[in-house]
Amino acid sequence: MKDRLSAFYWLNETQFAQASSEQITSQRRSAIEKFEIEGFPSVRDEEWKYTSLKKLITPDYLFPSPFVPLDQEEQIDFNDIKQFLVNDIDCYQVVFINGRYSSWLSETTHTNYDICTLGSAWKKYPEVVESYFNKLTKDDGPLVQLNTGLAWEGLYINVPKNTIVDKPIQVLYISTGDTPVFNQTRSLIILSEGSSAEIIERHHSLTNHETWTNAVDELHIGSNAKIHWVKLQHDSSNASLTQHSKIHQEKDSTAIVHTISTGGKLIRNNLDFSLTGKGAEARMFGLSLGSDRQLVDHHTRVDHIAPNCSSHEAYKGIYDESSRGVFNGKIYVHIDAQKTQAYQQNNNLILSEKATVDTKPQLEIFADDVKCSHGCTIGQLDEDALFYLRARGIRNKEAKALLMLAFANDAIADIQHPSLRVKLSQLIGRKLGVDMSNAL
Amino acid sequence: MRLRRKLFIVSDNDKIIDEVTSSDYKYGFSTEIDSDTIEPGLSEDVIRQISLKKDEPQWMTDWRLDAYKVWKEMDEPDWANVSYSKPDFQNISYYSAVKKKQYDSLDEVDPELLKTFEKLGISLDEQKRLSGVAMDIVVDSVSVATTFKKTLKEKGIIFCSMSEAIKEHPELVKKHLGTVIPKSDNYYAALNSAVFTDGSFCYIPNGVRCPMELSTYFRINEAGTGQFERTLLIADKGSYVSYLEGCTAPQRDENQLHAAVVELIAMDDSEIKYSTVQNWFPGDSNGKGGVFNFVTKRGICETQAKISWTQVETGSAVTWKYPSCILKGDNSIGEFYSVALTNNFQQADTGTKMLHLGSNTKSTIISKGISAGKSHNSYRGLVRMGPRAKNARNFSQCDSLLMGDKCGAHTFPYIEVKNSTAKTEHEATTSKIGEDQIFYCQQRGLNPEAAIALIVNGYCKDVLNQLPMEFAVEAQKLLAISLEGSVG
Repeated sequence: MKDRLSAFYWLNETQFAQASSEQITSQRRSAIEKFEIEGFPSVRDEEWKYTSLKKLITPDYLFPSPFVPLDQEEQIDFNDIKQFLVNDIDCYQVVFINGRYSSWLSETTHTNYDICTLGSAWKKYPEVVESYFNKLTKDDGPLVQLNTGLAWEGLYINVPKNTIVDKPIQVLYISTGDTPVFNQTRSLIILSEGSSAEIIERHHSLTNHETWTNAVDELHIGSNAKIHWVKLQHDSSNASLTQHSKIHQEKDSTAIVHTISTGGKLIRNNLDFSLTGKGAEARMFGLSLGSDRQLVDHHTRVDHIAPNCSSHEAYKGIYDESSRGVFNGKIYVHIDAQKTQAYQQNNNLILSEKATVDTKPQLEIFADDVKCSHGCTIGQLDEDALFYLRARGIRNKEAKALLMLAFANDAIADIQHPSLRVKLSQLIGRKLGVDMSNAL
Repeated sequence: MRLRRKLFIVSDNDKIIDEVTSSDYKYGFSTEIDSDTIEPGLSEDVIRQISLKKDEPQWMTDWRLDAYKVWKEMDEPDWANVSYSKPDFQNISYYSAVKKKQYDSLDEVDPELLKTFEKLGISLDEQKRLSGVAMDIVVDSVSVATTFKKTLKEKGIIFCSMSEAIKEHPELVKKHLGTVIPKSDNYYAALNSAVFTDGSFCYIPNGVRCPMELSTYFRINEAGTGQFERTLLIADKGSYVSYLEGCTAPQRDENQLHAAVVELIAMDDSEIKYSTVQNWFPGDSNGKGGVFNFVTKRGICETQAKISWTQVETGSAVTWKYPSCILKGDNSIGEFYSVALTNNFQQADTGTKMLHLGSNTKSTIISKGISAGKSHNSYRGLVRMGPRAKNARNFSQCDSLLMGDKCGAHTFPYIEVKNSTAKTEHEATTSKIGEDQIFYCQQRGLNPEAAIALIVNGYCKDVLNQLPMEFAVEAQKLLAISLEGSVG
């Protein structure tokens, strides 16, 4: 697989080069070279200790070329994807099919700010792309390097100073086709000073074949800017996702990221924040509902580089059947980051004999005037609480679901958008097999 | 808040002030005793030589050679959060024995040696008369004197040096040595298995409650000698023993290697309490010298057994130590209480492993790290609940206290749960001493040093409370001395 991927790059190199600048091409090349040396990570790698990619890299994937336009067969009707969107709200919409932009399903803008696709930005905004692309991902692992080398399409947002994006931005990545498919998607999001935006992101597969999306996101959040990003990971049982999101925050900026992982085969999230300006705030929340043989792996890292920053993290996991949960959270307080406040919480429920959870909350602290804490629990539903509800005539299934919802509440309470909350409660309800539409 | 440079524990004031002001490292002296030392280097011949000098049976020699073979195949681990220049294993002398040995009374013991012990505050006579602590003093790997043997003998307790045990009780040693920590366990355990020179052996028979705290003081004495201790402690069914281990080492310039192995076996219904105060030479205030302390400690608990590790780590330039419990039997209990204090350029990567295999097993982990100066202090721990560990329970708490803006505190807990009835809780905090706390104390007339001493003492109380009385006093002293000059 590794050789096929690098061959794919070298075959297409001239096309990559033609469509973007020399500087970008050289970055692609060195990234691919790094990937060629390192190959896919194995469980011997500490970062991948609990998550094996062995099965993921076996299928004979198709690598869709970004330079071949979408053909008739791949075209999708809006009705097919309607269910994956929060559809009763006014929003910008960017849809990708097998890593290629689908203009007839999308609604983009260039009026006050640019919300479009990276594929068009290479040519249109070369200076912007050159100054931001691959700036946060140079030293990352092989999957990120692979993405830097091969990815062509993804969300591109550039919001100028003191501008607020008036409606949410929905982005949908669709995988489809008659063969297993391996997609690379890449997004570049730039919020200048004092701007703000809200993004709802979803990956979904429409095929019964294996799909794997390897996504990388770079977010540059300027001073006083604010981003709220919700990732809904409720994919079909053959779809896998590895996603690395890197968020660079300046002075007094705020970033809120919700990751709701309820479906899919293997999900690996790497979410990294670097707080480089005084007073920056990072808030991250995660909810994982595992069933069947799912694996949900969350790696988070917060680098407190500047003083007076704060980070808040709450990840909740509920694992049933043979599902597996992995959590690895790192808070890294650099030497001058005094007055840092960092909080990290990871709670897990194990519902079945075969489910497992491996968790590793870490603190690395090099400054003395800080307040950092983490807490982590693994346990079961409280029998007494369950009995209380049962005694009041609530059926077992509903009672359990209610308790789980209460358990998960910390992780979703910050989502304010009403339609999104409805969507969320539907997703959770479907997963738990009960009607939860009125619960949230 | 800026503070002046000296620190002391409130109780026992005057004595500690004297100690603090008088020396950098109180126990930094080297005793001049004739030693019988093997040339530096490591090979099969050297191992045979050690075995020969110690007059060991053939099976022991073979066991060592086997371990050496395993060791040669292994790579030095580098996953710990410490950095140091790796020791040159060909430049270490693996055997150093005090020439005259086997004394009938203290009068025959080298007076120089006795003076050493006096300086350390462990005069044998004193110990004999007053404390009721049996001492098996290890100076450079060979036991010189053992006291209270008779009292122990009456109870059927065997407490002797490892070399004696190999000769006198081969069947016990043969049966248990290397069962908890196999030769191939890790790099330093393999090295220890190959070249260990001495250590303590202890066997508590069925149903016996050991009437006194067993204690061993280790000393590194011969310049350039690595100390490879091997301790094996067996508590038979229904027995109880409390074991103390304390370390002080003379000041040296080059780094010394200390790679000990401690194996505990707690059979059904027995209890072992193992306490350590570790104060190897930490290097001077510029980070020069100091002991490398790479220790493997592990105990196995059978049904209803309990192992409790308590440690106060204040010394060593580099510490790499994870006392662990294998909770094999149902209803067994593992405990780990630790205070690790690092100052100047010290580095400590320490923690525990609690492996829950049996059902209804319980474990508690309380770890308190204090980093000062430019030191780094890491907690690294594993809690694993196996699929059959029904209703297993764990509670972990890892707190770090930072003093000064150039030190680091790190926490790396691993928690792996493979069954649905286990419960684990883990919490960790990192902070500096609260200014409001200091203010509160100052308001009540304590000066800042006393306030900090009080707070640090309170912070460590959960762990210090677990230590036997004599050790608790010594531990408080050590904390005070080690923190000297760190606040300011």
